[in-house]
Amino acid sequence: MTLQLFYFLSFLAVLSALMVVVSKNPVHSVLYLILTFFAIAGHYILMNAQFLAAVHIIVYAGAIMVLFLYVIMMLNLNTEVEPHKSKLLKIAATFAGGLLMVVMVGVIRQASETVPLNPTDTQMGLIKNLGKVLYTDFMLPFELSSILLLAAMVGSVMIGKKEIK
Amino acid sequence: MQSLTNRSKVVVKKEMTWMEKIYLPAILGGLKITLKHFFRKKVTINYPEEKRDIAAVYRGLHVLKRDENGAERCTACGLCAVACPAEAITMIAAERKGGEEKLYREEKYASTYEINMLRCIFCGLCEEACPKEAIFLTDQLVPTFRDRADFIYGKDKLVEPKDAPVDISKRQTAEVKEFKTHKQYTHNKL
Amino acid sequence: MLSPALLFTIILIIVVFLISLVVAMYSTYGERKVAAFMQDRLGPNRAGPFGILQPMADGVKMFMKEEIIPQDSNKWLFILGPSIAMLTACMASAVIPWGKGLTIDGQFYSLQITDVNIGILYIFGVVSIGVYGIMIGGWASNNKYSLLGALRASSQMISYEIAMGLSIIALVMMTGTLSVREITEQQAGGHWNALYQPLGFLIFLICAFAETNRTPFDLPECETELVGGYHTEYSSMKLGFYLFAEYINMFISSAVISTLYFGGYNMPFIERFVSDPNLVSIIGTLFFFGKIFFFIFFFMWIRWTIPRFRYDQLMNLGWKVLLPLSILNIFLTGIVMWLMGKVN
Repeated sequence: MTLQLFYFLSFLAVLSALMVVVSKNPVHSVLYLILTFFAIAGHYILMNAQFLAAVHIIVYAGAIMVLFLYVIMMLNLNTEVEPHKSKLLKIAATFAGGLLMVVMVGVIRQASETVPLNPTDTQMGLIKNLGKVLYTDFMLPFELSSILLLAAMVGSVMIGKKEIK
Repeated sequence: MQSLTNRSKVVVKKEMTWMEKIYLPAILGGLKITLKHFFRKKVTINYPEEKRDIAAVYRGLHVLKRDENGAERCTACGLCAVACPAEAITMIAAERKGGEEKLYREEKYASTYEINMLRCIFCGLCEEACPKEAIFLTDQLVPTFRDRADFIYGKDKLVEPKDAPVDISKRQTAEVKEFKTHKQYTHNKL
Repeated sequence: MLSPALLFTIILIIVVFLISLVVAMYSTYGERKVAAFMQDRLGPNRAGPFGILQPMADGVKMFMKEEIIPQDSNKWLFILGPSIAMLTACMASAVIPWGKGLTIDGQFYSLQITDVNIGILYIFGVVSIGVYGIMIGGWASNNKYSLLGALRASSQMISYEIAMGLSIIALVMMTGTLSVREITEQQAGGHWNALYQPLGFLIFLICAFAETNRTPFDLPECETELVGGYHTEYSSMKLGFYLFAEYINMFISSAVISTLYFGGYNMPFIERFVSDPNLVSIIGTLFFFGKIFFFIFFFMWIRWTIPRFRYDQLMNLGWKVLLPLSILNIFLTGIVMWLMGKVN
């Protein structure tokens, strides 16, 4: 049962991720991306990480993608008004994408050598254990990422202000 | 300018105090008012079951009266049509034949008499103009129809039935009755 | 053969689903009656005694109306919009504990469909997805009023979700759990969270109004400015779904408010008079529904009292008032907990 669910969710995630890139209408792309997020949240639940799944849906599907959709709807982007991109740009994009793939492949090959923190513990994803680990073992990265978010927030406020005296 | 009620307030554009800025007291005040209205007596009248009182001299649907022998009083003189400000009344006059004395009071009568209820403004001037006391306004309402043609009332609907005379005494106030006794007015000559 | 526990859960799901539909149905009737009474009118009273059959008549009317799908609309998304709105509205009821539980043949059955350990986050997630129903429907209609309604809905939802989440965080700090049932159990004996978290409750209440698109925050569908807002192009039962989803949302958020802040199914002092646990639980459920109905009434009461916000006022209230207040509330909660020695 779990295996079938895993295959179904993986298929859904990959398919909708492909549709994000393939579909011409940006609104459809965003909707497919939301579907991808849901599939990934399903994976989290399969791994008994309910907290992660819920937060994933609240933050990504519930907030960030709503903002994406908001901006796309407001700008009224569609295929007709999309500016034509030059050949050079397309080649550059392909090259950059290829580089990203090389990096990803390298990371995944490395990942097989790391050891899971506690492989036998199925309760790892539950909020109590997650919180303990986050605030003890991974305190520094956790706080650093919060500072990163704060910096981004300050930056966006600065950009959003009309005039700086 | 003098105000009509004592409830008017001069608009002052002053900075709001802290208590006013949090709005909560104002919202609570509003909630209190709506709750008061919630338990108040309702003003709605459930129309077909309850009817609101109408004035004694209410001007509603017209009726063409018959005299005490059951003959139609209307002589198709056309004064009502002339008096009508909305031009709602039309009629065609005809001469009474022999043997019709039971039906029509005078030698001339209206073969058709139509009032367009969509035009009529129920002012009652036709009633005032009538020298024969033939047309009166009653306290009945004109019902609704789906077809505009149904609002043109002919004699079949206007003339009162022989066996069920329509009571118009309410509109005959003391002043009207007193006026009718003055025979020097052409109106009141029989 | 189904196990009795599974059978009970299935029955409970169906019952909860039906109850939320019926409550939503009669909320439309209630809304019209409350509106009428507050305006010194009588309200619907023709269909059946006191107009009690009015919701059925409305439902039949909705079904019989012509189904119009605009030619230039995106057909699939046009249908998807109301479906998502309805789905998310019904989903949130899964984690609400409707009662303590029943003991049948010596076995205990909980009156909660599922007790996930992140219940609050689940509700929160479902609510945050709910906006997609409005956004997709509004965009797919290919109508500028609908689009404006959809944009308003999305920005409003995001702005108020933050304050709502932060006001819940203070509650979670105090109770130390994310499970809805445990939060309810901790409030037994009249220790209602609203008494300990008045500011948080106020913020949550205001945000609940915003999240359900009720007046004074009904900007996505305000009739006077946007024709009908996001559902301008909708007709027949698809429109009915949108309207219905709003009332289900109202029911669910009333249930959430009374669970989180007003003790849920706990009825103080009931154990003194009734000893049978099943009876206690049933009375508790009835008490819970009484609280829910009060809050539904409160939603309507507010609607017919307060006028709609202007858009900039809405944003100011969300970002410049409620957000700092909820952060302040978190600080205050933390300080008080530290002073009382609850944190080490």
